[in-house]
Amino acid sequence: MSYNKPLPRLDTDNKPFWAATKDGKFMLQFCKDCGDTRFPPGPVCPKCLSPEQDWKPASGEGTLESWVDFHRAYWDGFKDELPYRVCLVRLAEGPVVVSSLVDKTDNLRMGAPVKVVFDAVTDEVTLPRFTLA
Amino acid sequence: MYDLNELKDKIAVIGVGNTKYGNFPHIDDYGLAAHAFRNAVQDCGIDKNKIDGMLVSRIPYYARMGEVLGINPKWTITLPGHGRMSGMGIIEAATAIAAGHCDYVALMYANIGRSRRVNYGGDENPGTWDPWGFTSPGAAHAMAFRRHMELFGTTTRQLAEVSVAIRYHASLNPDAVMRNPITIEDHESARFITAPLRLLDYCLINDGAVCLILTSKERAKDFKKPPVLISGFGAQDTYSPSSIANFDMNFWYDAVRAAGKQAYEMAGVSHGDIDGLMCYDNFSPTVLFSLEGLGFCAQGESGAFVENGALTLGGRLPVNTDGGHLSNSYMQGWALNVEAVRQLRGECGDRQIPNCEVVQYVQSTPCTRSIIYTRG
Repeated sequence: MSYNKPLPRLDTDNKPFWAATKDGKFMLQFCKDCGDTRFPPGPVCPKCLSPEQDWKPASGEGTLESWVDFHRAYWDGFKDELPYRVCLVRLAEGPVVVSSLVDKTDNLRMGAPVKVVFDAVTDEVTLPRFTLA
Repeated sequence: MYDLNELKDKIAVIGVGNTKYGNFPHIDDYGLAAHAFRNAVQDCGIDKNKIDGMLVSRIPYYARMGEVLGINPKWTITLPGHGRMSGMGIIEAATAIAAGHCDYVALMYANIGRSRRVNYGGDENPGTWDPWGFTSPGAAHAMAFRRHMELFGTTTRQLAEVSVAIRYHASLNPDAVMRNPITIEDHESARFITAPLRLLDYCLINDGAVCLILTSKERAKDFKKPPVLISGFGAQDTYSPSSIANFDMNFWYDAVRAAGKQAYEMAGVSHGDIDGLMCYDNFSPTVLFSLEGLGFCAQGESGAFVENGALTLGGRLPVNTDGGHLSNSYMQGWALNVEAVRQLRGECGDRQIPNCEVVQYVQSTPCTRSIIYTRG
């Protein structure tokens, strides 16, 4: 059966991120002038407005800031996975991202260390997810 | 340039109106707004042709709205259909009158989300995190409330106090959509939507419209009802992380503090003077975040603050006496401002706050606003 969940909407800023995940790398955009690092990427640095932005590999490590369990499917593709878990992770490099937490345990706590895992959901798209480290 | 504080008590709400709230598939945005407008016009007795300012939110086309109502203002603003626009719109209209752009502003909001089966998630609201299934404002508030639980030990039974108190108020409001009282146990056994939040933590989705008419304090004397004054207001936006919509890592604490401080200073009142709080309650946790940001309790202590019915009429701080978004009507802040006016006029019947003199409105959102209303 074909993949029936939403896929990332590629734009001029985020293409390098999704190209990297396909190769099993978690990359973050950073400012070549002031070093500010962020997700999602943008056209200029929100700190210094420099247009000189580049990408660097991230550690893929972070800490659990929060999590929720979806009991409602807003897309049909998630119906068979209810309840499914979504997490908020502060990456070691600073930015905060939303992702999936693959662990099913109820024994979670804020601040737990997590690390990225890669899930090739289609030939073209690999989603970064997180698991307890 | 003006000092904002000079606008204290300069602008009044003279007329308020709303439609019935519910499921109205046979009437559109313009029809609902027109009913609310007519009710507000009748409420104050203004000649509608005097209205020379118009602000619309969640209404498709301002010019069609003017055509429907037969008005040709000299000041018009369209705001998007986000709930946070209510506080912004009222403040914009007040400053437009103060600046002399216009004399009488009608503000209108209409929502047809119920009859059109709006979900507030999924493909309706595309976002950065859709591939992971993260969508809907409710999920963002669930994410925030989980942090609050982890950081401060807040419990879902404490959260239930918000929904229970606000539903009780709706039971006293003959116009509210959901009027059957609920208990903490009802809250705790309701089905999860996005855990830790359950059905009773979520606002309603219903059709309806609201209209307010504002003018200067001097002109306000010419109308039917005693004017209600805008005594103070404050504002602070928080646009990062806007990619995580409706979310802030610190519960908008700094923004609510800043907006609240400005509003209190401008109005010259403090917490003990507030007879009722109209608090944007798209999801129950927002009420907790608002109480902390405004300083009714310290950060992390809202769970204890709301226990034992503190937010109920007769309690330490009555909140959302009309039943709020959770149980009265999802008018995205607009109806709460109308309720503030009606409380100060003493028109609220069974849900009337005794000797009501000062009412505060707050929306703790990426565009945080607070408005303090007093009797004219």
